[in-house]
Amino acid sequence: MRYSPHSPTEVEEMLFSIGMKNKAELFADIPDRLKLGRDLELGPGLTEIELGRHLKELAGKNMNLDDYPCFLGAGAYDHYIPAALDQLLLRSEFYTAYTPYQPEISQGILQAIFEYQTIICALTGMDVANASLYDGASALAEACQMACEGSRRRKVILPATLHPEYLEVVKSYAVSGKMEIIMAPEREGIIDKEATLALLKQDSACLVIQQPNFFGCIEEIAAWEKAVHAAKALLIMVVNPISLGLLKSPGEWGADIVVGEGQPLGNPLSFGGPYLGFMACSKKYMRKMPGRLVGQSVDSNGETCYVLTLQAREQHIRREQASSNICSNEALNALAASIYLSLVGRQGLVDIAVRCHQLAVYARRQMESCGLSLKYPQAFFNEFAVKVDDPARINRLLLEQGIIGGYELPGALLLAFTEKRTRAEIDRLAVLIGGE
Amino acid sequence: MKIPADLYYSPSHEWVRVEGDQAWIGISDYAQHELGDIVFVEMPEPDDELEAGGQLGVIESVKAASTIYSPVGGTVVAINEELEDAPQLINEDPYANYIVVVAMNNPGDVDSLLSAAAYEELCQKEQGGE
Amino acid sequence: MSKVIFARSVAGGGGFSLPPCDVAEIEPAAEINREFLRAEAPLLPELSEVEVVRHYVELSQRAYGVDNGFYPLGSCTMKYNPKINEWAARLPGFANLHPYQAAESVQGALELLYRAEKLCCEIGGMDRFTLQPAAGAHGELTGLMIIKAYHRHRQDLARTKILVPDSAHGTNPATAHVLGFEVVEVKSNEEGLVDLQDLKACMSSEVAALMLTNPNTLGLFEKEIEEIAAVVHAGGGLLYYDGANLNGIVGVARPGDMGFDVLHFNLHKTFATPHGGGGPGSGPVGVKEFLSDFLPRPLVEKKEEGYCLDYDRPLSIGKVRSFYGNFGVIVKAYAYMMALGGPGLREACELAVLNANYLRHHLQEDYHIAFKRLCKHEFVASGQKQLAENGVSTLDIAKRLMDYGFHPPTVYFPLIVKEALMIEPVETESRERLDEFIAAMREIAREARENPDILHQAPHSTVIKRVDEVRAARQPILRWPGLGKEILKK
Repeated sequence: MRYSPHSPTEVEEMLFSIGMKNKAELFADIPDRLKLGRDLELGPGLTEIELGRHLKELAGKNMNLDDYPCFLGAGAYDHYIPAALDQLLLRSEFYTAYTPYQPEISQGILQAIFEYQTIICALTGMDVANASLYDGASALAEACQMACEGSRRRKVILPATLHPEYLEVVKSYAVSGKMEIIMAPEREGIIDKEATLALLKQDSACLVIQQPNFFGCIEEIAAWEKAVHAAKALLIMVVNPISLGLLKSPGEWGADIVVGEGQPLGNPLSFGGPYLGFMACSKKYMRKMPGRLVGQSVDSNGETCYVLTLQAREQHIRREQASSNICSNEALNALAASIYLSLVGRQGLVDIAVRCHQLAVYARRQMESCGLSLKYPQAFFNEFAVKVDDPARINRLLLEQGIIGGYELPGALLLAFTEKRTRAEIDRLAVLIGGE
Repeated sequence: MKIPADLYYSPSHEWVRVEGDQAWIGISDYAQHELGDIVFVEMPEPDDELEAGGQLGVIESVKAASTIYSPVGGTVVAINEELEDAPQLINEDPYANYIVVVAMNNPGDVDSLLSAAAYEELCQKEQGGE
Repeated sequence: MSKVIFARSVAGGGGFSLPPCDVAEIEPAAEINREFLRAEAPLLPELSEVEVVRHYVELSQRAYGVDNGFYPLGSCTMKYNPKINEWAARLPGFANLHPYQAAESVQGALELLYRAEKLCCEIGGMDRFTLQPAAGAHGELTGLMIIKAYHRHRQDLARTKILVPDSAHGTNPATAHVLGFEVVEVKSNEEGLVDLQDLKACMSSEVAALMLTNPNTLGLFEKEIEEIAAVVHAGGGLLYYDGANLNGIVGVARPGDMGFDVLHFNLHKTFATPHGGGGPGSGPVGVKEFLSDFLPRPLVEKKEEGYCLDYDRPLSIGKVRSFYGNFGVIVKAYAYMMALGGPGLREACELAVLNANYLRHHLQEDYHIAFKRLCKHEFVASGQKQLAENGVSTLDIAKRLMDYGFHPPTVYFPLIVKEALMIEPVETESRERLDEFIAAMREIAREARENPDILHQAPHSTVIKRVDEVRAARQPILRWPGLGKEILKK
């Protein structure tokens, strides 16, 4: 395939007009010994038909969720994406545009981001939201960094009930030497109260709570909020955005910073990415927040308009003084989230959240009636761990039966239930697991 | 370009007014002019320890962020809270609107600062060099 | 002026519905303590599908993408985004895969990642790649984490500094600072290239690495790159390649052959994946063999049984994000690489460089060109002439270009050129488009001489005029002011 429009004659004429005889002269500034001198071995280039065949072949080797019910959650969820969403996303003014640095010709994109920021505030109950970060895990790492800077302390308390990959990412970011990670232990599926209260000291920068946590359990928050703020530390909550259709918002709990994975909001599972890290915080920390921010202003005629603002926080201005290096974000995924929340709407999100919960409760009852029991005695939103002797074997069996099973925990399977699951699928799942 | 004669200046365009063992610190008219419209001033907090020549804060305009250096060493006793809501006060009158007040731990620090005349020379050199 | 979507909301106006519930419709409060439940539904819009669609269609009409026209943003490589790549990423066999599915159920996805890695190695002249980082800056972060781990592993804890040229993109020093390094700037010489003497003076046993892009942000090839590499390596440091400008050499030369030890690619630049209004991107990081142990985990390996994810990497820096990378973006880049093939990628580079030099040549009469010699895929012009002779700034020129239907080039970067205009035409622009741009720039130069006010007041034909950015920064309004009184009260 060739995407450049030049004809050979045009190339000749252009070269001639700048005093060159051939294309080789364009690379006279590269020493010969550094030139590759051969074609890259990427294949000869494919026509569109051949490319299509090749990609379909690769895609055909995968069991995709259109054909198989999926009970995997663990940070990425199979929610319904309304049909109108993709059509809007495919409008090329959105997806072939660059970052809106020139506001006069990017009002559409800037307004879309402004609305996204507003929608995240509405969902989380916080004062300010940014234009997005890469994913939930890296957003948490940035939030911990923010907390360290905001409190001028170094100790970050992470719970053992946090998604293990999020924990690993924060650890990787801590190689900067600016954060020290302290683990808070788990007890019966939630944060161990006594042990963790003992960890909260005057040198704690923050406590992170995932709600619902990695095991699907609902964590206590009220006691934590009190204790954290008494220690003059920050409360960071990591939340599932769909759950906020049902559960109390972090803003109402008194969280200082909120992050999470926005994939469930209109973004396909896509084998792990691109996803969407959302971040919101209280007004106090607004200027410490990384990432782009769109603000409302007026133009020289007094017309309301939108523009990237507070840019003096960002890497292109602060450079070696910047507290984050983020440049590109997940703009299109954020747009998808906005469109999703607009399409399902206020009542729709509530209905979806309630349905997820009801299906999970039904699943628990069915499993219990098949002789199974849950690993943790806690309330859950839409995900729980069911005790099984050999999780890997059960998953293999389920796969043979055409079901994508759960996430393997020691002695348990973590199962998630979204509004796409049916009663029949759940019945079958319970019988198959219970029968083993 | 205003350069009040009764103040000390640093080569990085801060001014100092000494009152007893306290130093009132701000940025000069030259500096505010170079920065353009100031949108935010990042200030230290009371009781913070500052080093002579060390970073005191940051001033942001729309397109730039400039470090403010402390001309003297000591402890921050007060910050100008008016600047939180109205950073443009520095543009309006950079000498009437201080940024911090520092209790100096070494009053001799001012001896290495520039007089108004010396500072004026420095500014002329910098402008000429452009 | 377009109404904010919340302002179009009508209470009870939503249209979405779920199928009837065929399980017990228990009250959430029966299972979850009331204190954990929302009292009121979140303040989301309530609109029918048609109103949502109209709203976003209207917004899209106030945006400008590559599909609308010329987009000569220097260092952004705004090349055409082939539509078959969109089709590919949306195939259910790619889009509807959960990252934790058993390896045997996702062999095609793992194979694509494996192949994509191999292609990246060939393009970059490197031994292994991670596809995990989500953007270029994220790749820089990953690369510097690897460098830090390498030195630590050698028990060399004195390497606390990172060198960057004074022409570097802001992400370079920002990344170094975020990871706790001290940043030292290396000066550029009068040719616009790294000053070798200054580099030698800056190099020491405290330097962990030098970060470079080649061609640099002035669009110039660092011809002394081998000497630069020698200085850094002799001092025990590593050489990092910022791949933002790869479009100037891709297929013709490879960073791995120039002495770079670690690099990142920007798939959303050189490899034609769409910019999306600011993302998602993808920033794969490539390394020479001696650094491969430090790569983030997992990596995709090919075994007899098939493809699998290898987490057993004890020296790995860990993870920089959840799961494996921006898979949906990687699919698009992979398709692009396969569509062009080796010869195609080289041709793309040749035409990008031709287009840049063509523009540079034909603009030099009217505009100051920072470096009047052969450039690669981009070059830096400036409004210095217009400022000196007519009082017209680069900002004015950029705003006026919008009236001519063009997206302006990058302005005021790199910092080492005053009133900079960084122009990168890319290979997917025809001669006709370039000639239109040249004509517009000539017109603007003429307007600067004869009617500078029209430039000071530009743009005239856009939906809004110049924005009060001071107000936006002093009194930030970062969300719709009408959003629920109960939230504003805090």
